Amino acid sequence: MATLDHPTLPIIKAAFPEVRFKAAEFRGQTTLVVPSERLHDVMRSLRDDPRCAYDYLVDVTAVDYLGYPAEQPGRFAVVYPLASVADARRLVVKTYLDPSIDTGGNAEDPALVVDSVTDIWPGAEWPEREVYDMFGIRFRNHPDLRRILLWKDYPGHPLRKDYPLRGRGEREHYVQVNRDSA
Amino acid sequence: MGLEAALPVENVLTTQLSRVMNWARRSSVWPLPFATACCGIELMATAASRFDIARFGSEAMRFSPRQADLLIVAGRVAVKMMPVLQRIYLQMTEPKWVISMGACASTGGVFDTYAVVQGVDQFIPVDVYVPGCPPRPEMLIEGLMTIQRMIDRDNIPFDDQGKRIPLQIALTPTYHPRPQPVEVSIGAT
Repeated sequence: MATLDHPTLPIIKAAFPEVRFKAAEFRGQTTLVVPSERLHDVMRSLRDDPRCAYDYLVDVTAVDYLGYPAEQPGRFAVVYPLASVADARRLVVKTYLDPSIDTGGNAEDPALVVDSVTDIWPGAEWPEREVYDMFGIRFRNHPDLRRILLWKDYPGHPLRKDYPLRGRGEREHYVQVNRDSA
Repeated sequence: MGLEAALPVENVLTTQLSRVMNWARRSSVWPLPFATACCGIELMATAASRFDIARFGSEAMRFSPRQADLLIVAGRVAVKMMPVLQRIYLQMTEPKWVISMGACASTGGVFDTYAVVQGVDQFIPVDVYVPGCPPRPEMLIEGLMTIQRMIDRDNIPFDDQGKRIPLQIALTPTYHPRPQPVEVSIGAT
């Protein structure tokens, strides 16, 4: 049985009595699952409350749980590993999202939106762009939400599990160059 | 430097102009290292003193395509990198040669994903394919010598419009790995 004795959990629970949190523990690492509509408030309080003081956002990444053997609350999870440098504490915050339209293309899905945390941790800007690039999850109030690794017209989000590993012809359909092209 | 001894007494040597030009060309094939992965490390080893590509007149690595004769594509090429490679190729002046070094540049290698080009020869002309993952420096030197031999013999293929067509030579390994374990040796054995 997991031991949920992370010191931050009661503080957050008391600060947001109306929100239904979930928490999990695996090998000493505690994960706090937050509903996506309250994520920004919780994150702000995790950084600004002096008892939490998570001043360092380690990463922003995402998981596609399509075909995952265990039951999950949603198809996609956005994952925020946090660290408090002064107190040497770590906490992983997760929020789940479910797509409302077909995930095959790169059309904008109104359900796959979560509030950006760039106003709390400015370093979140590029990782959030990467999550958008790879998973098609958009971030509200992000200052510059463009693809970061792939090019602008890329026809999909390749880290989604329903995206073919070998792509949809991006690597084949390309300009050929020969000696006379210059 | 030995050449004088070969000359007749009047110090006149008659030859064909093309032979002199081919001799000059093959003795100064300046490479442009397009090194994107671990093959680039082996390319550096080829240039360093132990294997010493200077013995073949190719020690002058040129990072400007306008000064280079030989494009060595060493490593995997991402789809996003392909326009850069094509542009570098187009900026090189004739006569130019292309070596596709290693499994990734030639076929994509183990990187069979949406983002990696499965062989640069799909999009630019390639003259010599050097196999290996990464190739030994001897193998790369063999590829360079293949190009030198083609220049020397003047048997560069042209199509009916007079355009040079890629050689498309694939090297086969000429060395045989010794049975393991091999006794550790230091220096020349």
